[in-house]
Amino acid sequence: MKILEKEKINSVLDFLAGQYDLVAPVSQDGLKFEYAQVKDSSKVNLDFTNSHESPKKLFFPQYEVLFRYYADGRKEVPALETDKKRVIFGMRPCDAKALLFLDKVFDDAKYQDPYYLTKRNNTVIFTLGCVSPQSTCFCTSFDIGPFAKDGSDVFVADFGDFYSFEAVTDKGEEILKKLSGLRDAAGEHISKYEKLSRESAAKIKRHIELQGLAEELINKQDAPMWEQIHLKCIRCGVCSFLCPTCHCFDMIDENQGPQQGARVRIWDSCMSCGFTQEASGHNPRPGGREKMRQRVMHKFSYIPQNFDTFGCVGCGRCIKNCPVRNDITKTIKKLRESESREKR
Amino acid sequence: MVDLEKQLRAQAKKLLEDKAVDCVIGYENSDDPLMTTPCFITAPNEVDRLVLNCLCGNNLTKYLIGRKEKTAVVAKAWDVRSVAVLVKENQVKRENVIIIGVPSLRIVDQKKIIAHLNGKEVISVILKENAIEVQGDVFSEDLLIDDYLQAGCELRDDIDDSMFDIVIGEMPASKQNIDDDDLIKQLEAMSSEQRWEFFKKEFSKCIRCYACREACPLCYCKSCFVDQNFPAWFSKSTDLSDNMSFHIIRALHAAGRCTDCGACFRACPNDINLRVLNRKIAKDIKELFDSEPGLNPKEDLPLTSYKPDDPQDFIK
Repeated sequence: MKILEKEKINSVLDFLAGQYDLVAPVSQDGLKFEYAQVKDSSKVNLDFTNSHESPKKLFFPQYEVLFRYYADGRKEVPALETDKKRVIFGMRPCDAKALLFLDKVFDDAKYQDPYYLTKRNNTVIFTLGCVSPQSTCFCTSFDIGPFAKDGSDVFVADFGDFYSFEAVTDKGEEILKKLSGLRDAAGEHISKYEKLSRESAAKIKRHIELQGLAEELINKQDAPMWEQIHLKCIRCGVCSFLCPTCHCFDMIDENQGPQQGARVRIWDSCMSCGFTQEASGHNPRPGGREKMRQRVMHKFSYIPQNFDTFGCVGCGRCIKNCPVRNDITKTIKKLRESESREKR
Repeated sequence: MVDLEKQLRAQAKKLLEDKAVDCVIGYENSDDPLMTTPCFITAPNEVDRLVLNCLCGNNLTKYLIGRKEKTAVVAKAWDVRSVAVLVKENQVKRENVIIIGVPSLRIVDQKKIIAHLNGKEVISVILKENAIEVQGDVFSEDLLIDDYLQAGCELRDDIDDSMFDIVIGEMPASKQNIDDDDLIKQLEAMSSEQRWEFFKKEFSKCIRCYACREACPLCYCKSCFVDQNFPAWFSKSTDLSDNMSFHIIRALHAAGRCTDCGACFRACPNDINLRVLNRKIAKDIKELFDSEPGLNPKEDLPLTSYKPDDPQDFIK
């Protein structure tokens, strides 16, 4: 572990911005934070809980042109490679973990998605441990925790007067060597680190009980409780679009002028009315009950079965931003407590 | 507040016991201390879940659309106007709905409170007579409800009484316009370039989650123009021009129908000032046609009816 005095952080960020495409948290109003490319350290604001929108869009943008085609028969794939490597500084551990799951989707044995993978392979992630988690956070339910390092290349923690830097991958190790101003951590730093890590984890009170959940949900596919829990959902896309693991997309051919078109990939949501609608007009998931069930089952049953991990990392964005304050942790609790069949 | 809540629970209990309705749609506490959450009460012994206070923002009348069962709904002064429009547009059968009106209830704007607290997280709230005490990790502060009112929430004495089947609390004695239309005045004073900049800034924040549309009681089209793909009227991208087309067309579709309930504005996760466009259109319609949708359930909606003395200055 390396140590950096707090006042030296800007010189590190400036160095990174000079050598790489630096993406870091910025805020217009001090209320909502987003990841944006910065030219130097001046706009970077590390005093945040988490970004409003998840950083998945840095790898899997909401709207992405896959290729263009022209009336004269030409085809054109946008350039994927860039000259410069990208550094994302200040991603939270939950979001970094979410990327490991997205890797499984976009890079499996059968399909490798070049659009996602080029960005992914080109990026080095500096994760920033959470010292003040929010009441909506529940990452600890998924064995993640505010100081979890999965998905990070370098793990950074803020101790008030200094930062700790720890290489997690070879990629991280390599970049860490280039940073000046870091010195080796002493025993006192290590013990401070362990204390802070424990204290931060203890601040997370929200919890989801996951033991046996994937199988239980299968048995409860027709549970009467689904009739109840979807009622207040208004079926907007806030939860899906802010979620760091939701990755459903649609592909459309767009007319981009009289002589050209483009095939684009856009985010879709299982909540939207056209999702799963068939050409005949029939929709096998016509209403709120089916849509809500799909979202919950996908995250907590199908993904665990197919990918051996949960489709949720406990970032809490869906709870915090839901227009009707639907709460996934409560939904799961209600389902677990409910009967799988109507009592006779 | 406690009194209102008591009255509401008693009324809800009676309605369910008498089987006058199958369901009472109201509010219950959520884990978010600054906001309640909608709830659907179907049994008399569940009525104690119902709460009624300045954190009851959602316009619950949206849930009436498509309900076949007889339903009671808790409605604030401005929510009730949505029902009037929905009835007028044949989306809700008036006889299927019992409106539990709370005409004197005022609500706070959560976004104003969060801005005031500079984003510090509120962990609990204590409701007081005219204030709410917000408590965080290391702070606690009394906020006067009057200082944080949701813009557009007018208490009006000119709402047709027949819209309230049950009244909880008092009818407002006089019209209290608690909205400051400063922003509208500023917009009107701007040059078209400045206005363009203003709307550009607002609509570039849109992520096309359609929370505004789904929260809006008047957005009930079976197939929204924006979802149609044959033909696709415009792209689903978050390009400024597409975002702008969506919001402008939606505002025009709601013209003469929007009652300024603020549902779109509250639902927006990215804090787009969605009210301002609708509010300006509503103001123009009031000036042109002397009509405010939903105030009088008998009156036809201004843009779907014709009167011989309608202004015709636009015909040259």
